[in-house]
Amino acid sequence: MTTTAIAVHGLRKHYGSKIVLDNVDLTVTAGTVTALLGPNGAGKTTTVHILSTLVRPDAGSLTVAGCDVVRDPDGVRAAIGLTGQFSAVDGLLTGEENLLLMARLRHLGAKRGAARVAELLEQFDLVEAARKPLATYSGGMRRRLDLAMTLVAAPSVIFLDEPTTGLDPRSRHTMWDIVRDLVAEGTTVLLTTQHLEEADQLADHIAVLDGGRIVADGTPDELKSLVPGGHIRLRFADAAALDTAARLLDKSEADDTGLTLTVPSAGGVGALRAVLDRLDAGHLEVVDLSIHTPDLDDVFFALTGAKTVPGRADRKERES
Amino acid sequence: MTTITAPRPTAQGSRQSYVVADAITMLRRNLLHMIRYPGLSVFTIVGPVVILLMFVFVFGGTLGAGLPGVDPAGGREAYLAYVMPGILAITIAGTAGGTATTVSMDMTEGITARFRTMAISRAAVLAGHVLGNTIQAIIAVALVLAVGVLIGFRPTATPLEWLAAFGLIALIAFSITWLAVGMGMQAKSVETASNLPLLLVLLPFLGSGFVPTESMPAGLQFFAEYQPFTPMVETLRGLLLGTPLGWNALLALGWCVLITIIGYVWSMVIYERKSVRA
Repeated sequence: MTTTAIAVHGLRKHYGSKIVLDNVDLTVTAGTVTALLGPNGAGKTTTVHILSTLVRPDAGSLTVAGCDVVRDPDGVRAAIGLTGQFSAVDGLLTGEENLLLMARLRHLGAKRGAARVAELLEQFDLVEAARKPLATYSGGMRRRLDLAMTLVAAPSVIFLDEPTTGLDPRSRHTMWDIVRDLVAEGTTVLLTTQHLEEADQLADHIAVLDGGRIVADGTPDELKSLVPGGHIRLRFADAAALDTAARLLDKSEADDTGLTLTVPSAGGVGALRAVLDRLDAGHLEVVDLSIHTPDLDDVFFALTGAKTVPGRADRKERES
Repeated sequence: MTTITAPRPTAQGSRQSYVVADAITMLRRNLLHMIRYPGLSVFTIVGPVVILLMFVFVFGGTLGAGLPGVDPAGGREAYLAYVMPGILAITIAGTAGGTATTVSMDMTEGITARFRTMAISRAAVLAGHVLGNTIQAIIAVALVLAVGVLIGFRPTATPLEWLAAFGLIALIAFSITWLAVGMGMQAKSVETASNLPLLLVLLPFLGSGFVPTESMPAGLQFFAEYQPFTPMVETLRGLLLGTPLGWNALLALGWCVLITIIGYVWSMVIYERKSVRA
């Protein structure tokens, strides 16, 4: 049986004359990870802020963990945890004190609270740093502490707003493992990201948000099948060879300056062998060959019309 | 990863009863900040002490001689007695700067947004600041008063009057702190937050704190007599030194209640609106 953890229908929000969210529908099944993928300014953070009761929606029906976000915000708050883009830790306390503060505010009781804090410190690899002031923490440690604070009361729904922005690759993988563990325990996760790889790695379900609208919605594989992005790329030694090859291979596109030829391909060894056989028949020497299968990059560009690869060329810098 | 043993959040009905518990938790947090980073607290004591010493030893002889009914020879002692309640008032006003700064820092740290996504009463979060800073203000007043006694301030208060004076100081501190919380929430940056409350420190100077209002020009005198710090200072003076109280005690209480309400409403409205960084 599947239950719905987050249900959003007709969500709208505007700031002044700027429409931030325009009729957004979103359903998240309990115990799964859904990624909200989109470029800067798509409305990802606003969606998370509305669902976590920080911002009021203009219109729409929204339920989180069975509670109405507008009518019963405290019910929602009791069931959720949010780790935002900006670190929500108390910089003047130690890591352990931060966690104890959360345990008290979640009314776990002294004994259970202390046990839970010890458990989280262990789990998030913060035991050594537990009694040190936060000023000595690295970005990755702060982010782990931030998430640990969110998890003190074992919320059933967790919002992660760009959880790995600004982290080094190792910390990013640690964070991914943590998210996978959470889901394995039955937690529902809604995460926003500009990293296509992150969505591909973690999400059961991806909603692509662009300009305040959901432009695509499905499993990573479903989204990939939306765009025919697979091709074989061949590079040749000179323009003559390139021209000959372009004539031999149907639907190929030649790039004269790079001396490369892009051949559409459904993928698979058979398709590749067919291409190579034709080239052999024409006595053509290939300098370099690469196979490109459709990935979320293709989906993203096709759907959002973005010029640059978000999360790489256009990464959002952390504000200080 | 180990299994999560923490209980799921408690039932909805018992939420209201946590307001006091949450306020105490937040108070603990703020007291911990003060112990961990005493710099701000030290500053709130050193400032008023410097002003006290300056006014008594530099200006005191001349200012005291000008007080009505004072023998010019004993000017300095007379002025010390006269200025002490005013100094206590600026001590309280001075702690507002620290309050506004810590509140503003909280807002920019993002932890306030976290509190808002938890089922904690809004009042509890702010009350933690208010109680913590009120305690800090009372400690600051006690230390400044001790310095006053050290340099010759001799209050004539009975134990009951001492108690009343203490109560009034706590009440003034409480109301000013609520106002400071509002200022800290309103401020766009930590820098503005620390500047805005400086106006409060100036107010006792424009009242009966340092010279009798009768000695001021007509327009200023009008302001001085009707601004909130004047009845507060006059009541403290009456309780500590036995000068006539008149309506001042009642006015002082009224002002405290009014300032508290303004600060409370102001802070709560902004808390709802502002604790997310857009």
